Amino acid sequence: MTTTDAQSPFTVGHRTVTRVAGPLIVVDGMDGVGYGELVEVETGDGPVREGQVLELDGSTAIVQVFGGTVGIGRRQTSVLTRGRAARTGVGNDYFGRVLDGAGRPRDGGPQPVPDDYRHVNGLPLNPITRAHPDQFIETGVSAIDGLITLVRGQKLPIFSGAGLPANSLAARIAAQARVPGDDAEVVVIFAAMGVTRREAEFFRTEFLTGGAAARSVLLLNLADDPTIERLLTPRVALTMAEYLAFEQHRHVLVVMTDMTAYCEALREISAAREEMPGRRGYPGYMYTDLASLYERAGRVRGGTGSLTQLMILTMPDDDITHPIPDLTGYITEGQIVLSRDLDRQGIQPPIDVLPSLSRLMNAGIGVGKTRDDHRGLADQLYACYARGREVRRLMSIVGESGLPTEDRRYLAFAAAFERTYLGQGPARRTLTDTLEVGWQLLAPFPAAELKRVSAEHLAHYHHEASVTATDA
Amino acid sequence: MTTTRPHTEPAPLGRSGLARTVTSDTGRVVRISGPVISATDLPHTRLFDVVRVGTERLLGEVIKLDGDLVVMQVFEDTTGLQVGEPVEATGEPLYAELGPGLLGGILDGTQRPLENLSTDGNLYIARGADPHRLDRNRHWDFRPAVEVGDRVGPGDLLGSVPEGHAIEHRILVPAGAAGIISAIHPGPATVLDPVVDIDGHPIAMLRRWPLRRARPVADRLPLTVPLITGQRVLDLLFPVARGGSAIIPGGFGTGKTVLEQALAKFSTADIVIYVGCGERGNELTEVLEEFPQLTDPRTGAPLMERTVLIANTSNMPVAAREASIYSGITIAEYYRDQGYDVAMMADSTSRWGEALREVSSRLEEMPAEDGYPAYLATRLAGFYERAGAVQCLGTPERTGSVTVVGAVSPAGGDFSEPITQNSLRLAGCFWALDTALSRQRHFPAVNWLRSFSQYGLDAWFDREISADWSPLRRWAAASLQDEGVLQEVVSLLGVEALAAEQRITLRIGQALREDLLQQSSFDDLDASCPPQRLLAMLRVVHEAGAAMRSALQQGVAITDITAASVLADLGRMRRWPADNIHESASRLIQRIAEEMSSL
Repeated sequence: MTTTDAQSPFTVGHRTVTRVAGPLIVVDGMDGVGYGELVEVETGDGPVREGQVLELDGSTAIVQVFGGTVGIGRRQTSVLTRGRAARTGVGNDYFGRVLDGAGRPRDGGPQPVPDDYRHVNGLPLNPITRAHPDQFIETGVSAIDGLITLVRGQKLPIFSGAGLPANSLAARIAAQARVPGDDAEVVVIFAAMGVTRREAEFFRTEFLTGGAAARSVLLLNLADDPTIERLLTPRVALTMAEYLAFEQHRHVLVVMTDMTAYCEALREISAAREEMPGRRGYPGYMYTDLASLYERAGRVRGGTGSLTQLMILTMPDDDITHPIPDLTGYITEGQIVLSRDLDRQGIQPPIDVLPSLSRLMNAGIGVGKTRDDHRGLADQLYACYARGREVRRLMSIVGESGLPTEDRRYLAFAAAFERTYLGQGPARRTLTDTLEVGWQLLAPFPAAELKRVSAEHLAHYHHEASVTATDA
Repeated sequence: MTTTRPHTEPAPLGRSGLARTVTSDTGRVVRISGPVISATDLPHTRLFDVVRVGTERLLGEVIKLDGDLVVMQVFEDTTGLQVGEPVEATGEPLYAELGPGLLGGILDGTQRPLENLSTDGNLYIARGADPHRLDRNRHWDFRPAVEVGDRVGPGDLLGSVPEGHAIEHRILVPAGAAGIISAIHPGPATVLDPVVDIDGHPIAMLRRWPLRRARPVADRLPLTVPLITGQRVLDLLFPVARGGSAIIPGGFGTGKTVLEQALAKFSTADIVIYVGCGERGNELTEVLEEFPQLTDPRTGAPLMERTVLIANTSNMPVAAREASIYSGITIAEYYRDQGYDVAMMADSTSRWGEALREVSSRLEEMPAEDGYPAYLATRLAGFYERAGAVQCLGTPERTGSVTVVGAVSPAGGDFSEPITQNSLRLAGCFWALDTALSRQRHFPAVNWLRSFSQYGLDAWFDREISADWSPLRRWAAASLQDEGVLQEVVSLLGVEALAAEQRITLRIGQALREDLLQQSSFDDLDASCPPQRLLAMLRVVHEAGAAMRSALQQGVAITDITAASVLADLGRMRRWPADNIHESASRLIQRIAEEMSSL
């Protein structure tokens, strides 16, 4: 039942689809096919769809079809194998283009001319060839630069909730990111999975208008595109990014949104394969699968480029213990958590710094990178704000008059911190400004209470107010 | 000089057991599902035999036999593998290669040196690579400890080679071998060159040991000596014994890895085996870049010279992650048998459990809790029980220990999940990390009310550090307990609702928490705290508490006491210069007493 394509001696067609179930088809007579290999599915009408071999049992293959399985029948469908794993073109010709979730042009333009082709799954970077990320990225957002510092080669997710402005924060970081003292341009590869048309339009405007177009690639898998293609989208984006970062020595920022849609696609495939479900129906290998994406961030020894990842995920019901944020948090180097409360109060960007964290912050700050007082100041702001929030909770029980003077000072600090430090609005702040705002906020505290800051830094930077209102 | 083949322990045949018959088969692949492969035509294959899969000869291991079908897990990526490709069974289980050259090594989960996996400037891990686990070309200076005519048995010391500046690598008679020394070959030798002959059979330095089997010992010893970690909260409240085991469960961001790394850097072990199991590549890079710069606090030699790093990051093949724990513990036992105190850090055992789960699910086994296989508890026990303090086999008499510290990454930070719960039954120390503490930036975020240690080590501390250690320890634990109860009242009624006496308890608790238990891994002076410094700090806090109470009895207002400026100096204790710790403590105690009585 196999036919040979006259044009390519390596292309083999199979016509024995025995089963169609959701996004999967089962094909018999698939001899000579490799595990994970890419296949083409022809239905006779409509474009050729791509698929990938998920399992081989004798000559039977289970294939996931990226274009979806609508219109696939047992007779009319043939499956072509090309003897290679899923690949994508990589190169500079993709800049300024809008692609679909599988990397094909979506903007009506011509097919880009790739420098080369790469397998989309990539290979694990050998840990000994990695270089530890330690270059500070200034995003212009105080909460991030001051407290959750991002460095080149880091993978940092934004944990968002439905309706919170994660997309605009990501776009803002992508637009403003720069490394002080380094003029190297940051290129942005944007992978959108399961986004609405409205969001797609937002990103198109953000990334492909003005000067940004020359340094951006946009991959769009819309909410009504085939779900299964979502599994390919981040891999295509990361493969392009790896080529630019590790072979062309560019600084690449990959923004992936929304990982929740990606994980749901993963769950859909798993269910179609009748696999044993794990927590909330997500497959047991979701950690490994997510790691195979997130771990593609980094820097390598001897290379000047870097691959930084910002991924956005929507926490279902704002639940940070949901498997998607939970597994992500275990893989990524920290997280930025958005807060519905702050958003409601109009504080923009609404970053809740207490559960947020950058694991690589220490490597990227301090003398020679940012400023000597950065660590101590950040710890002190955290400590004071945490205490302020605790007092605020207490106040709701005992009332403000029931609080000691000292506690009231923390209460006032927490409010001021949210208003000025976090709620900076659209203005860009340099790191020096961010640090200065931090020291101003600490002014009402006597030096003795600022235990996280060293004596030298207190002497140099602390504007201790002689008599403050709360002391009086 | 002739070379011998590596000595496989335990030898199944003959007295010195150098001969071993190996039956190898060649079958073919019939089914591929991710890392799980099925093959037929392998009639001689036994469970856990090593296989080479496909034309790329990917490394794998048999995990199930089902009629003619042999099911195996493959330690490398199987993309591109086809049905019908050959499978070669080696007839041997997965071995660790043991001998000089292990220390300073950076290995993957199956003990392959990472630097040999990426050649010619390639950044990625190549497939099918099968480098020697130990360097075959390096020469070691063998210094014999036996003479011709000596009768030797398993575990007896044959001689040693210097491995780095601080460690003397002891070469022992392999398990299963015994007889009379018939020749000695001192001087430079590779791991395959014979260094002695026993009854005419040449014995080289290289040993092979099956990963999944514990190495034999003469006797197990009671656990009475602590492994000093340099972390105040652990050494004071929840000390772990040498040869004991501890688990560190905590949600993400609670500092598991930072704590594991601090233990690897500062604990008083002779040898550290650090297994990065399914964790972040960048974190391992940090270890790889940092450790060579650091020196061992006890010997002054580079820290890397006492360390073996096993790195199987989360994006590396999942089956090799499962093997990495066993590679680590086997190497740990090998150094223990030489008479060393070894600490093994596993970060994280949850990723290891998940690897088991993934393979189990592909085998379509009946899942137990949370999808984990029903044998999870058995496998965990098999691993944790390999920790221990032992009387080593052979002469001269020596003792060694393997201490295991396993990080656990519970899903959703919920400690009721199976890995935490099963590990909890096995480990003697439970160092519970707390998300709430980490959000207040209280590090190490070890929850002092929830954690425990089952090792009674007070006697050792009272004898070796100071007689007032255990009374002070009990006082600190009780004070923290009392403060915890009072904090609950405060959170409901506010601090004003407390009696003055109780507010002093609150202030003491605060000093214990903020000035004693908190410790910064990023501050050179504070990163590691020796027991004497800890004792000095503890005495100061204790005396400060007494001074506050006596001031209260003198009728001083409680707000004046708790606001006394001298109390801020408690926060500076951690940065006291290392020498004259006890004098610094006495001075501060005196100043506190003076200021309190002057109020």
